[in-house]
Amino acid sequence: MKILVCISHVPDTTSKINFTDGDTKFDTNGVQFVINPNDEFGLTRAMWFKEKQGATVDVVNVGGPETEPTLRKALAIGADGAIRVNTPATDGYAVAKQLANVVKDGGYDLVIAGRESIDYNGAMVPGMLAELIGANFVTNCINLEVDGTNAKAVREIDGGKETVSTTLPLVIGGQKGLVEESDLRIPNMRGIMMARQKPLKVMEPVDVSTETSTVKFEKPAPKGAVKLVSPDNLDELVSLLHNEAKVI
Amino acid sequence: MSVLVYTESEKGKFKKAAFEVASYAKAVADQMGTTVTAIAVNADDVSELGTYGVDKVLKVNDGKMDAFNAKTYANVIKQAAEKEGTKVVILSQSADSKYLAPILAVNLDAGYASNVVAAPTSASPFTVKRTAFTNKAFNFTTIDTDVKVVGVSNNSFGLVENSGSASAEAFSPNIPDNGVHVDSVDKASNKVSIADAEIVVSGGRGLKGPENWGMIEELANVLGAATACSKPVSDLGWRPHSEHVGQTGKPVASNLYIAVGISGAIQHLAGINASKVKVVINSDPEAPFFKAADYGVVGDAFDVVPRLTEKLKEFKAQNA
Repeated sequence: MKILVCISHVPDTTSKINFTDGDTKFDTNGVQFVINPNDEFGLTRAMWFKEKQGATVDVVNVGGPETEPTLRKALAIGADGAIRVNTPATDGYAVAKQLANVVKDGGYDLVIAGRESIDYNGAMVPGMLAELIGANFVTNCINLEVDGTNAKAVREIDGGKETVSTTLPLVIGGQKGLVEESDLRIPNMRGIMMARQKPLKVMEPVDVSTETSTVKFEKPAPKGAVKLVSPDNLDELVSLLHNEAKVI
Repeated sequence: MSVLVYTESEKGKFKKAAFEVASYAKAVADQMGTTVTAIAVNADDVSELGTYGVDKVLKVNDGKMDAFNAKTYANVIKQAAEKEGTKVVILSQSADSKYLAPILAVNLDAGYASNVVAAPTSASPFTVKRTAFTNKAFNFTTIDTDVKVVGVSNNSFGLVENSGSASAEAFSPNIPDNGVHVDSVDKASNKVSIADAEIVVSGGRGLKGPENWGMIEELANVLGAATACSKPVSDLGWRPHSEHVGQTGKPVASNLYIAVGISGAIQHLAGINASKVKVVINSDPEAPFFKAADYGVVGDAFDVVPRLTEKLKEFKAQNA
């Protein structure tokens, strides 16, 4: 089985979110970038397939050279090879088109992406990719088993979960549950050394046009201070929720 | 040319989100000078949609669509869009709609904007306000394609009633079989889901153990709320993962979020800060959650929650 894991290069959760160029661009100054958490669960599940069932695992990112440390980290965790499509990630559709080209070029059977990235939260690349390459697609995936070309997946739905049967080629929108958080791997020294020797291929992008464009960003208005209510005066809390917040 | 809205139902009844996206579609249609067509799948009574601005309902009734299949649903919505000559398709951001939206967008050669929280700021260029950076920012995005797909966040636009009425029309699309088959669904049928809930009551490690969840459930019952939990609680196995809310869990965008015994780690806040009003009950006055909350009670959950439940019962009895 050939597995491709899509890796988004995203600001760490604790990052301060600021914008530059007249609020049209994310300000990367001083920001620590990490593997998108949803992708990390998928990468670890891919490692499980590699070790238990035999698979090769490549990772891919669409972005400039600044994303390579994130790909190297994925190699240090255990991926066999990395691909960087040398173009900025503009919109979800353009990224999906680039990834579709990578999947066709590499003949992958299983693509594991995260359900969404924690920066733009679009939740659109995995589904668009699946449709562009004519693969089956399961998102919000919290468990995945593959047997030959058959797959069983569990999808989280509103208020529960459902189990589905499908076949490869398959695209997964993964999340926590694919593996548990305690199973996530931290690169060790040996992995980091080996990652330096592993191939990181730079692919030139195919020609695609975007479908959406960012006009500007805006930060939410600063929040007022919390109103503290004494635990001995819960009537006041009920009254505030009813009369002031109007939520009950 | 009409705006097409997919109005989701469950067991024949429309979800609240269906009325919200219908209200949104009406606002878009008014901006564009056109009408609203809804597509409803296996819904019993579609007349209610008229109240929220829908002019015409395409009714699909077919057992083949009982189980949700994203590709099949996307294909059927595409057929409706083509029949209506639709330029804008409106969806909710339920788990199912988020699943089908990117497939539909590719099928229609449409640009797609997700997590949209307000009516378009302009119809041409078509510009929407969406959340990004896990609710730490808004992103104004134009959709530049001829056909557009818009995913509207739950509890963002609200319900807007209209005096109109909707006509119903049977619609029998071609229903293709697809490569993903549902084997089983495991869903608590008597509980409000986090995605649909207007109020969410959430518990953290401060509750000390799964045996203490009764008071969270009682508080939730009084409010008609869904129950949720923090990540440590689901990691410890006190509550199922499906209740975990936060960055790697389910997102919450309720009108009211009540956090009991949750300190408010940044990953937790990232998942819940789209909620409009946040109430924190915590014995530690230094808990970071108080900085993100609207109302706070510094006190012992085991003392405060049962008394708050009683107060709310009295309130509900008086305001029933």
